[in-house]
Amino acid sequence: MSVSRFFDNRNTLGALFLLPAAALLLVFLTYPLGLGTWLGFTNAKIGRAGEWIGLENFQFLFGDAVARLSLFNTLFYTLVASVFKFVLGLWLALLLNKSLPFKAVLRAVVLLPFIVPTALSALAFWWLYDAQFSVLSWTLAKMGLIDSYINFLGDPWLARLSTIAANIWRGVPFVAITLLAGLQTISPSLYEAAALDGATEWQKFWHVTLPMLTPIIAVVMTFSVLFTFTDFQLIYVLTRGGPLNATHLMATLSFQRAILGGALGEGAALATAMVPFLLAAITFSYFGLQRRAWQQGGADK
Amino acid sequence: MSQFKRRDFLKMSAGLAAGVPLLAHGQAKPAAFAYRPEKGARLRVLRWKRFVQGDEDAFMAHTRRFEQKFGVQVRVDHEGFEDVRPKAAVAANVGSGPDVIYGFFDDPHLYPDKLVDVTDVANYLGAKYGGWYDVCRTYGMSGGKWIAVPLGAAGACFTHRISHVQAAGFREFPKDTAGFLELCKALKAKGTPPGFALGNATGDANSWCHWLVWAFGGKMVDEKNNVVINSPETIRALEYGKELYQTFVPGTLSWLDPNNNKAFLDGQISVTNNGISIYYAAKNATDPKVKELAPDIGHANFPIGPIGRATELHLFSQAMIFKYSKVQQAAKAYVAFMMEKEQYEPWQQAAIGYVTQPLKAYESNPIWTVDPKHTPYRDCVKNMTPNSYAGRLGYASAGTMADFVMVNMVAEAASGSRSPKEAAERAQARAQRYYKV
Repeated sequence: MSVSRFFDNRNTLGALFLLPAAALLLVFLTYPLGLGTWLGFTNAKIGRAGEWIGLENFQFLFGDAVARLSLFNTLFYTLVASVFKFVLGLWLALLLNKSLPFKAVLRAVVLLPFIVPTALSALAFWWLYDAQFSVLSWTLAKMGLIDSYINFLGDPWLARLSTIAANIWRGVPFVAITLLAGLQTISPSLYEAAALDGATEWQKFWHVTLPMLTPIIAVVMTFSVLFTFTDFQLIYVLTRGGPLNATHLMATLSFQRAILGGALGEGAALATAMVPFLLAAITFSYFGLQRRAWQQGGADK
Repeated sequence: MSQFKRRDFLKMSAGLAAGVPLLAHGQAKPAAFAYRPEKGARLRVLRWKRFVQGDEDAFMAHTRRFEQKFGVQVRVDHEGFEDVRPKAAVAANVGSGPDVIYGFFDDPHLYPDKLVDVTDVANYLGAKYGGWYDVCRTYGMSGGKWIAVPLGAAGACFTHRISHVQAAGFREFPKDTAGFLELCKALKAKGTPPGFALGNATGDANSWCHWLVWAFGGKMVDEKNNVVINSPETIRALEYGKELYQTFVPGTLSWLDPNNNKAFLDGQISVTNNGISIYYAAKNATDPKVKELAPDIGHANFPIGPIGRATELHLFSQAMIFKYSKVQQAAKAYVAFMMEKEQYEPWQQAAIGYVTQPLKAYESNPIWTVDPKHTPYRDCVKNMTPNSYAGRLGYASAGTMADFVMVNMVAEAASGSRSPKEAAERAQARAQRYYKV
């Protein structure tokens, strides 16, 4: 086979064109992920190569109260934040989809929390939640509504809710703007048809908007769940996982153990333990939310 | 012959007074160390980012002086103090990076075989400057040789408002834990409470929580690295901590390292544990309200507990030279140069005593006496107990501290989320996991 024939072959050429992308994926995604997973099965320490120890790290973590607490925190954080981000995001998208004055400006403003670097907005929240200097507490106190400053980050449950609120604030724009894009792809003729059939606003939403929007909801919520589940910066700035480890997420604990504590293998195992949960979230959105029959007005089989 | 004379002189003068400046730089060397940097060397140094501006200014000025004197180019990178450990670890791991890294606490003991033996530098400096404090040997030595050259510690004292302490009925700051609790109760009653960080604050929370447990005789491990934190002594310490916590300003469970500085400078708390940076900030403040505070700020060493001796923990830093460095002699020269009197004393002065020396001779640095408020910081390294107490430094002690086992235990017991006994049991279980390997 001559060289020119070789390059004329569609399959060869296709593979050749794919090579750069495949190489990038391999070097920057597959290799680190593989290495991280492998480290999770070793007793590697920082500055010392590890040996294969099988599932010992995972057994260790399972028996560790702080690691179990971080799993609970992560699930709670992700669940509550995602639900709120979805509801608020959808609501905001529906509002922005109406003909409002200054529509373009409003849409740009909504994106702001998403544009500001997380580390910076987290710092702003750190001041808002400060035990001594919180402007929220100050305002409420001046209004005579509270006697003592709110212990936003000092009480375990309050700290969980406060960090979740900050996460929601940051995450809503992403959901809202993406869903808004989805809303604009829905053909007005569907709404006209529904109106002719005498559908109420609620029925229009339930039988037209929501089914037409589900594919994009599936995508946006998958991303949202992934971002939330792996959140790090916000917690690291606000609490470092405190008080009493009440806000430690798996990502922050993994960093604390692996990098600051030097237990690379254990930290990697903790990070690896996040993968099944992430896969479950992706699977759910793929198979759970992409229900074609329902989308087209039929019933699920 | 001249060397012999000099040794004699050293012995004599060491007996006379530790504080006398012993020898000028550039004379014959007592140990086998000599300044012999490689010709045309380029040196990369990584150190922690200053806490007070004067530190960095002087440090860099001395670095420039080193460059001129030895014809060596030096690049100094500054990283936040908590980022130094991961960077140093990665450098050790991959065998490439800065030639010199100023790290903290257990760092050299995490990868001792990757570090250059600096026994010659340490012996030279020790002989020249009145010897190292005991704790420096623990931190700097491994297997009978020096693997790091101690730089000093960002020492902490009990920073307090003199007028508040007096208004609470105390003529001077209490020297023991019993008196300190009385003071805190009185301060609370006067509406000027104390505040100590109980969040995951690497510096401040570790510092005072270790002091508290050690002061009552509790310790994480014994001399053989067996975990013994669940002891009657620890529980007594935690009960004391619980009483102390009742007097704190609200919100300390959420406090990270900067919180106590902010609260103190705003006049919301009257006692906390901190470096001299609060005083430094007040003295150099542009806001007249904050500047006004400076004369009222006092410093005292951590009170002594029932164990009867000082039990302090300070942010201890040491210079490590990595074996992968191609200019090890230049690295050694740099590290030694920065510790010489001509550099070290002005550096301490520029930082108004933010860093306490590891070498006894620098006790006589005028910075400690020019303002009596500086004096307590002079003794920080002398009073210091290593974080691995009473066991060995290494992965287990580093992991236990990085995971806030001591801090979480104190916070759990103090806040009442667990009883002192439960908190101690939990800490025991957590620490055992680190020390089992």
